[in-house]
Amino acid sequence: MAAPILTYIMPHIPLPDHLPGITGLLEYRLDTAMPIRELTQILLRGESTLTQGERELIAALVSSRNCTNFCNAAHTKAADLLLGEDQTAAAVKADIETAPISEKMKALLQIAAQTQKSGRAVTSEAVDRAHTAGATDREIHDTVLIAALFCLYNKYVDGMATVTPTDPAYYDTLGDRIVNRGYNRPPGGYPAPQK
Amino acid sequence: MPHIQLNNDAPGIRSLVIYRPDTGKPLYELAQALLRAGSPDSTLLDAERELIAAFVSNQNCTDFCRNSHAAASRYLFGEQASVVDQTLQNPETAPISAKLRALLTIAERVTADARTVTNDVVTAARAEGATDGDIHDTVLIAASFSMYNRYVDGLATVTPDDPDAYVAMGERMGTIGYVLPKSN
Repeated sequence: MAAPILTYIMPHIPLPDHLPGITGLLEYRLDTAMPIRELTQILLRGESTLTQGERELIAALVSSRNCTNFCNAAHTKAADLLLGEDQTAAAVKADIETAPISEKMKALLQIAAQTQKSGRAVTSEAVDRAHTAGATDREIHDTVLIAALFCLYNKYVDGMATVTPTDPAYYDTLGDRIVNRGYNRPPGGYPAPQK
Repeated sequence: MPHIQLNNDAPGIRSLVIYRPDTGKPLYELAQALLRAGSPDSTLLDAERELIAAFVSNQNCTDFCRNSHAAASRYLFGEQASVVDQTLQNPETAPISAKLRALLTIAERVTADARTVTNDVVTAARAEGATDGDIHDTVLIAASFSMYNRYVDGLATVTPDDPDAYVAMGERMGTIGYVLPKSN
């Protein structure tokens, strides 16, 4: 088997080698990481009339539109695990309108897509469509805030040029961690593996 | 008119954190940590952090966040308050340090498309004395205001027209900082 081609892309500041993507950044400054983690846990895992899988679809869609490969791969994997199949997330990212989801989810994902472009791009028509399809004010609120939060994550991860693992197995592990342990920092953090 | 019923008359982000205080709490804690504290080696002043927030909000055309953070920055700059409007008009000619100008270039790129933050712009900031913490904090302030701006505009919250309203906000932000408002 040929050796994998390694491209050495260095983050803009020194970060631990064993913590690619967002994880190393969230360990770099704990006082800013704590509220970011808490906000994510509430929005994606807290009580909601949207399922956790539906909320991960919003995260995956926004990350895909921002072309942030690390977040896109991680949240697509999380959505796949929560939905029990890998067709829906891929379909949503390709074309919201033809994806196998409810009219309400289509309307909410269109709001998320507008939010990704700019907060000012969210139209009354898009909000009316969501209301007509049965979306509550809280669901519309949470959709906008999840989309806005993933613009933060995507820009943080890309703006610091963090490492994006290319091995799909990495995202299997990460997706499992996101689904089964959530977004809180594990007690003791992420110690470097023993050499 | 906001896109959803917020059941309060507060402007901008305040109306949203009163509507949903459990998400409002970490949103305000993040603002406090970013704008009133820094990475251990960061050289940025609170006034400069507020200026980065106002600069990003200006680029995103989010008037509420631009006006309120510009007011906070003016309050914190004190006698040098005029630097805020000069920077928002044109950072190239504003009387700011070369380091802050280089960091604003990074903030501008994060706001437009974070994949355009190249080694070159980071190296240029380091050459002017920016530390790892300055670069980190600039990127995270810009990324965070890309969130706050989308939240405030995406739900079409109320933006006061009266400039005096922002003077009062700026003084509050410059003195007590980011404290969750009580619901009314």
